[in-house]
Amino acid sequence: MTTVLPRRLPLLVPAAVGVGFLVLPLLALLLRADWPDLATHLRAPVVGQSLRLSALTTSVTMVVVWLVGTPLAWLLARSDHPLTSWARALITVPLVLPPVVGGVALLMTWGRRGVLGGWLDQTFGITVPFTTVAVVMAEIFVALPFYVIAVEGAMRGLDRRYDEIAATLGAGPVRTFLRVAVPLTLPGVAAGSALAWARALGEFGATITFAGSFPGRTQTAPLGVYAALEQDPEAALALSLVMLLLSVLVLGLLRSRWLR
Amino acid sequence: MEADHPGSTVELSFAASSTIVQQVAEGAPADVLALAGPGPLDHLPAELRRSEPVVFTTNSLSLAVPPDNPAGVTGVEDLTTEGLRLVVCQPQVPCGEATSALLTGLGIDPAVSSQERDARATITKVELGEADVGIVYRTDVAAAGDRVLGIDIPGAVNVTTGYPILAVSDHELAAAFIQEVLSGRGQQHLADAGFVAP
Repeated sequence: MTTVLPRRLPLLVPAAVGVGFLVLPLLALLLRADWPDLATHLRAPVVGQSLRLSALTTSVTMVVVWLVGTPLAWLLARSDHPLTSWARALITVPLVLPPVVGGVALLMTWGRRGVLGGWLDQTFGITVPFTTVAVVMAEIFVALPFYVIAVEGAMRGLDRRYDEIAATLGAGPVRTFLRVAVPLTLPGVAAGSALAWARALGEFGATITFAGSFPGRTQTAPLGVYAALEQDPEAALALSLVMLLLSVLVLGLLRSRWLR
Repeated sequence: MEADHPGSTVELSFAASSTIVQQVAEGAPADVLALAGPGPLDHLPAELRRSEPVVFTTNSLSLAVPPDNPAGVTGVEDLTTEGLRLVVCQPQVPCGEATSALLTGLGIDPAVSSQERDARATITKVELGEADVGIVYRTDVAAAGDRVLGIDIPGAVNVTTGYPILAVSDHELAAAFIQEVLSGRGQQHLADAGFVAP
C-alpha cells in the first residue's frame, strides 16, 4: 500500500476533490440541522402535507409505470423491428430533457390551450393543470423512461432459449412475459422500480410548471422545500433530511439487490 | 447619473429583496440598497444603515387576465366565482403577503388553483391561458404588455407597498444616487414602468 500510494497520488488528488465536492453538501445538511428541535420542525404543516401528497402521487405513478413500462421494456428487448430502435431513442428523450422543458411540453399537450387539453376542456370541461392528476402525469413523464431503460437492459440479458422452451410448451407471448420474463428478471425490475420511484419523488421542474403549487393538492415534498425556504428554512431543512433519508434507503435496497 | 459624474459607473445587482438583504448583511459590496417592500429591512444590521430609509416609489396590486378574458372577470367581486381558476403568489413572498391582506380586507377567501413562487411565475400562468385570473403588481401587468389584460383594483380596497431606498456604505455618491432616484427624472422612469410616486 505505502509503496503504491506515491505513484497513485496524481490520480488520488482529483478523485478526493470529487468525493469531497459530492459528500460535503450532504454532511452540511446533517451538520446544519437543528437536531434538538427537529421534532418541532417536522410538525410544521408543510412537512406532513407535502410528504403525504408525495406518498400518494409516487404510489400511483409506480402502478402506472409497472403496468405500462414492463410490457414496453419486454417488447423493446425482444423486437427486431427497425422501428424498435427509434421507439427506444424517443422514449429516452425525457431522460435527458430538462424537467422544466418537460413541464412546458406537458402544458402544451394537456393545458387548456394544449393539443389534447383544449379538446378535453371544450368537450368535457375537464382541465388537467393545477390538479393532483397533473402531478402524477409529471412524475410518470420522468420516471417511466428510467424504468423502461433499466428493465429492458435486464430483459435483454435473458437467454432467448427460455422464450423458445416456453413456446414449445404451448405458452403464448403474454404467458411467456408473465410466467418467464418477469419472474426471471425480478432483480432488474426491482432495481428499475427503486430508481424510477426516487426520480418521481424528486420531480420538481415539470411539476411546478405543469401542476403549479398548492398545499395538499399539488405541493409535493420538493415543492414544499422550495416554498418553505422563503420563510421557514428550518422546516425546509427538516423536510430535506427526510428526503435524504429516503434516498439513502433506496440506495440500500439497490445494494442488497446488487449483492445477490 | 454617470454622465453627471465622469469616471463613475453605476453597477446594478438584482435579486429577491430578502436575498439582497442577506447578501449585503454578509458583506457583499454595495453602496445603495433599494427594496420591493419594508419587510426585509428588519434583517439588515443596524451598522449598515448609513442613511434613513426613504420610500422612493410605491406599487399596488392588480388583477391580470388573458387578453380574451375567458372567464369574463370585471373586478375583485368576481374572484369568488365558482370554477374560476385563480393563481396568486405564495404567502411567503411580498406579493403573496399583499394578496393575503387584500383578500382579508375584502372579506373573501376564494379557491386558489396555485400559489406561484413570485409575481413573474404567477403572471406567466395567466399569459399561457392556464389561469383565468392572477393577482400581481400593477408593474407586472405593465411589463407584460399586450400578453395580459390588467383589471384595476379600486384604491379603497387595494394594498399599497412602499419601496424603501437607503445608503449602506459611506460612498460619496450614494446620497447623490438616491437624490437622482427621488428627482423628477427618476420618478418619470418609475412612472413609465407603472409605479406610483409616494
